[in-house]
Amino acid sequence: MAVLVDRNTRLITQGITGSAGAFHSRMCLEYGTNLVGGVTPGKGGTVWEDKAPIFDTVADAVAQTGANATMIFVPPPFAADAICEAADAGIKVIVAITEGIPANDMVWAWRYLQDKDVRLIGPNCPGIITPGQCKIGIMPGHIHLPGRIGVISRSGTLTYEAVGQLTELGIGQSTCIGIGGDPIIGTRHIDALRLFQDDPDTDAVIMIGEIGGSAEEDACAWAAQNMTKPIVGFIAGATAPPGRRMGHAGAIISGGQGTAEAKYAAMEAAGVHIVRSPAEMGRRMREVLG
Amino acid sequence: MKLHEYQAKELLARQGVAVPPGKAAHTVADAVAAAKQMGGTFFVVKAQVHAGGRGKGRFTHAVSPEVIQMVLEAKADVPGKGGVILCGAGSHDEAVAKVQAAAELMLGNVLVTKQTGAEGVRVKTVLITTGAEIKKELYAAVLLDRQNSRILLMASSEGGTEIEIVAEHNPEAIHKVWADPITGLGDWQCREMAFKLGLSGKAFKGAVKMFKQLYQAYLATDSSMLEINPLVITPDDDVVALDAKVIIDDNAVFRQAEIQSWYDAGEDEPAEIEAAKFNLSYIKLDGSIGCMVNGAGLAMATMDIIKFYGAEPANFLDVGGGARKDQVKAALQIITSDPSVKCVLVNIFGGIMRCDVIAEGVVAAVAEAGLKVPLIVRLAGTNAEQGKQILASSGLAITPADSLSDAAEKAVAAVANR
Repeated sequence: MAVLVDRNTRLITQGITGSAGAFHSRMCLEYGTNLVGGVTPGKGGTVWEDKAPIFDTVADAVAQTGANATMIFVPPPFAADAICEAADAGIKVIVAITEGIPANDMVWAWRYLQDKDVRLIGPNCPGIITPGQCKIGIMPGHIHLPGRIGVISRSGTLTYEAVGQLTELGIGQSTCIGIGGDPIIGTRHIDALRLFQDDPDTDAVIMIGEIGGSAEEDACAWAAQNMTKPIVGFIAGATAPPGRRMGHAGAIISGGQGTAEAKYAAMEAAGVHIVRSPAEMGRRMREVLG
Repeated sequence: MKLHEYQAKELLARQGVAVPPGKAAHTVADAVAAAKQMGGTFFVVKAQVHAGGRGKGRFTHAVSPEVIQMVLEAKADVPGKGGVILCGAGSHDEAVAKVQAAAELMLGNVLVTKQTGAEGVRVKTVLITTGAEIKKELYAAVLLDRQNSRILLMASSEGGTEIEIVAEHNPEAIHKVWADPITGLGDWQCREMAFKLGLSGKAFKGAVKMFKQLYQAYLATDSSMLEINPLVITPDDDVVALDAKVIIDDNAVFRQAEIQSWYDAGEDEPAEIEAAKFNLSYIKLDGSIGCMVNGAGLAMATMDIIKFYGAEPANFLDVGGGARKDQVKAALQIITSDPSVKCVLVNIFGGIMRCDVIAEGVVAAVAEAGLKVPLIVRLAGTNAEQGKQILASSGLAITPADSLSDAAEKAVAAVANR
């Protein structure tokens, strides 16, 4: 059944009446995602573009549509609150697209989620897609191909690059997870690897990391002991200067930590098939699959 | 967003943190007036720049290129005066005269530290402070720990040294406690920390209080890092923040109106400030291939593949998710205004962003401003074919590329030929 989302997923959009929320809700619907409603406080009881009912609260939406996943486009000052609201309402998969949430807000939201049976993806992420079944997020659906490779990445367009290379070679994807570029995210590389290791429909994984933090190192330490499926790995930012934030709030090398070299070394130690050129991700996967 | 020391101390003082008396000055006259007002026979004049390593830095107007080189290599015993000058004397008037001389040296001068690069930064503000007598130097910081998504209090008995150096040579001297956001940083955690630092009596109580205040200051100011180095125990066992470095979370600056008004763009690259006006994320680097890419991860990967094929990127530039025509135009202008750029590589994987829109922006920019260096454009994803047709039918000298590697190879070859 791939990972986290599939054709049985019942999606709502929080912030469905904003321009980005509306646009991407439309694109997800077109892709075939089962979008069952939206939430915009104060607009409950109306219908969004003749396509889906709008609710005032996530709890209402869950009660009336049986929603089990949400896609969040709420603006940064209110987005952490929206994440907590979704968790409180019993949503199982929260995909937070919003970029620019204050880190201190996410410290709270992350803590709140610890006691709940919920999976947060993002924030500041492109979303998650199980090709041919369910697209939740802002990725271009048409570049994907159903198949058996898992893709994990902190970046949006770099994920598309990897997917594009795979599809061009005729290699399909089971699920692609954009885990997000912020310092605090709900699903890290290690969590995503675990999901793919346990998924009978995934044969191998492309893991794309980037400079900053130690999430890739943690994931590799786990993979060395537990992962039986092959991983192809790339780290973005080998040429980045220390101390500068490279676009993503999390992408910064500080005090010699978080460098691409340290992450490549961890990958190598874990037996990951590394590529130094981002153009080689797809071809390397083809070699690994044999 | 980085704050200056005097701004950081102002914010800390509001939370009750003990900081030495001090005053910021933008002119020599103000510096002298500040010293006279404070009184006494001992002052410290500190250059207010964002870069670290001020004390061991040197001013370009007063020293030779060899000395600057020594600063950049972080060699010990570099001759000349640095960005932190002690002004002690037998009488108040003599001490004030020394403050005047120090302010004259610093204000308007360019300070080079091992963190600024050879070009250094111009000093526009100095902090005149009385300093504090030191019995013991400690280190304390509050920061976001990404690994477990919590706020961390970190302290060390090895104050006055860069924490990275302590981490390397004496990691056991660094202690950490993590705050649960529900309870906040607990008193017991602050006590635990003070015990580990070997404090007792009045100094112990003072440190516990300060740790709590630092955590509160971190939350109140939406910091992403707050560092006190050194945190000083005086001979009277008072606990004082002798220096302070605070970085505000860029994502939270919108709700910190006063701090936002303190923003000092003076130390950023002019091109980076210009880029920010168009919501472009731009960082200047030292290579010869200018890059325009959508998405931070792909932008980094594009820099990496340029290096992989043997050349160096001239910049990081993320045009973002929904680049408009004027943004694309501004991006190309900013990239090509760097004289070391010998070739421009545009790499777009259209998701939200449609490749035909990018292509129109590129054509408009080139048609209007002209282009003196080769331009290689790779378009993939949404509406890539339409985008390619727009480029091909424009009649402009734009080199199309089919893939990421094709684009990088063509760019590197173009630079090699020039």
